[in-house]
Amino acid sequence: MTPTIVFPVLIGGLYAAGIYLLLDRSLTRVLLGFLLLGNATNLLLLSTGGPGGMAPILGYSEPEDMSDPLPQALILTAIVITFGVAAFVLAMIHRSWRLARNEAVSTDEEDRRVAARSATDADELDPDELAPEDRPAGHADSLPVRRIPADDVDLPVTGVER
Amino acid sequence: MISVLAPLPVLLPLLGAAGTLLVGRHPRTQRTVSLGVLTAVLGVAGALLFMADANGPMSVAVGGWPVPLGIVLVVDRLSALMLVVAATVALGVLVFAVGQGSADGSEESPLSIFHPTFLVLVAGVGNAFLAGDLFNLYVGFEILLMASYVLLTLGGSAQRVRAGITYVIVSLLSSLLFLAAIGLIYAATGTVNMAQLAVRLGALPEGTQVLLQAMLLIAFCIKAAVFPLSAWLPDSYPTAPAPVTAVFAGLLTKVGVYAIIRTQTLLFPSGALDDVLMWAGLATMVMGILGAVAQTDIRRMLSFTLVSHIGYMVFGIALGTAAGLAGAIFYVAHHIAIQTTLFLVAGLIERQGRSTAVDRLGGLARRSPLLAVLFFVPAMNLAGIPPLSGFIGKLGLLRAGIADGSPLALTLVGGAVVTSLLTLLAVARVWTRAFWRPPTQEPADDTAAAAASAAGPDRDGDAVPGGERQAGWQAAWRRHAAVATASEPGWAPAASSVRALRPLPRVMLGATAAMAAVTVALTVVAGPLYGYTDRASGDLLERTPYLQAVLGAEGQR
Repeated sequence: MTPTIVFPVLIGGLYAAGIYLLLDRSLTRVLLGFLLLGNATNLLLLSTGGPGGMAPILGYSEPEDMSDPLPQALILTAIVITFGVAAFVLAMIHRSWRLARNEAVSTDEEDRRVAARSATDADELDPDELAPEDRPAGHADSLPVRRIPADDVDLPVTGVER
Repeated sequence: MISVLAPLPVLLPLLGAAGTLLVGRHPRTQRTVSLGVLTAVLGVAGALLFMADANGPMSVAVGGWPVPLGIVLVVDRLSALMLVVAATVALGVLVFAVGQGSADGSEESPLSIFHPTFLVLVAGVGNAFLAGDLFNLYVGFEILLMASYVLLTLGGSAQRVRAGITYVIVSLLSSLLFLAAIGLIYAATGTVNMAQLAVRLGALPEGTQVLLQAMLLIAFCIKAAVFPLSAWLPDSYPTAPAPVTAVFAGLLTKVGVYAIIRTQTLLFPSGALDDVLMWAGLATMVMGILGAVAQTDIRRMLSFTLVSHIGYMVFGIALGTAAGLAGAIFYVAHHIAIQTTLFLVAGLIERQGRSTAVDRLGGLARRSPLLAVLFFVPAMNLAGIPPLSGFIGKLGLLRAGIADGSPLALTLVGGAVVTSLLTLLAVARVWTRAFWRPPTQEPADDTAAAAASAAGPDRDGDAVPGGERQAGWQAAWRRHAAVATASEPGWAPAASSVRALRPLPRVMLGATAAMAAVTVALTVVAGPLYGYTDRASGDLLERTPYLQAVLGAEGQR
């Protein structure tokens, strides 16, 4: 592994592709982007070890010929973390799909509501007189009417309702 | 002694997490274990605080590996103080969560995951505060982030998944940036040990130094929610269950602030990016508080004040003087306690008034005077009314800024005063509307049926059976969400109609009152505490005590 142009180009390409995918609204693409970024970072860590050499620690070779073991240890840790987080994000995508039939990153509705609010003082408003989309997010009626029911609404429920 | 005590704030919660997972089917045992563990952590942190104050920085080479090779834990005055405050807050929040769990009758629900995850979160926070090398800091961050992903999406309702996705993606990006920075720093210096880095980074070319510093700062500023990297916070925090939001608001951003302090004092003391940080601090304060004033939801308002007040700490750090740092550290301790308390109070308000939207609330002062007191005192403290600790922290920062005297510092002093006034405005609006305005409707009217009939306009098109079916599955979904915790904002009416006439649970009130008492106690002990933060900032700026503790007296080159 002599220092070549291959590594920087590869790392840069992975970063570029990863960030491009991360900017997408579709969660699956975001996840793919995250995986690419993770690999780019791992390659970056690997390249910090300098030129490769013989296996370290085991005593096969002189210390001068060994490759640096620390970046490899760091990469192992980073791979495990990336793997775990990717699994969690996949689970969230699945959950989002089951609940909303949608896997796009959605906007913050309360934020939109605050931005679109008229200058009227909130004291003078009765939420029940407002159009549903103007009601605060905490108001049960402001929830969007769903046409497609989620498919896990009948989960067996324990506690609470007794 | 220190070699036994120092790893405990990480080890105990991790072991506790394993234990609570094992006894997941016995909620009572689970609660006892996690409460016991956090009490022990608080005790250990207190002992570490006294030892660090008596002896200065101390280090432990974990596993007996010699220092630059193995993992090293460092306890100095700053990290010991952060540990104590974090453990206090975590304990208070856990008691609150236990109270909420038993009040909702969800002891038997399949939520055995809360306690283990919460303990893992505490372990991650402890690890980040104690880490003596950059990679261990990264691991600490990852531990606490991983736990926070789970806590934020607890119950997996649509709102929480939506908010959680934003949070997870932003956190992932900052973690990758941090990891890339670690890689580059290792390539440049050949070490990730912070004490060794402090010695070696100074020898690098100036451009390289600035690049590495900027990468670290960007990663930490995302975690600390410094404007313009703060947009994720008010979006994701308010949807989580009340105790989770409280502990996130108190601790997670402050871990980022802690990392910024370390970067600026230990690794890059040259102050090359101080001016940039100053501007960022100013923008954070002003933009954050303008956002807070615009909000009508208490939790979102509090989230924006959280962002805004991070600006005060960044201001103190960017000044780079001993007085500025001391003020920033004091402010961190004060703000962790105060923000947690206010979010706990918001959880209680939600139970009492079934909403956190101020235009839905009213008459809370008459219904629950104790709740009014619990809100008023921390709220005034947040705004910085004398003689409370918020005033002392702000005064310290303002004096440090005036002592600095540069036009930029004076601009920030002005911005800080304006921010303080606007904070007062934001909390006073909540205070007058939610607590003193006559209630807009009697609580008994607000049943799920009334809400359903009020929803007429958008259901007119539906045939009646369809509407019923929809109401049916919505109710089922609400039950499902209510199992998770009772504090989902959107579902408040249905979730709380069961306990309409019950008073607030005593354990939750007690926990909140205890946290409020802690914030008042910070005022009482402000003198000694400020002396302590002065000594801590002295240590940080001098750097040699830290280096000596890690590398030994002779190894400083």
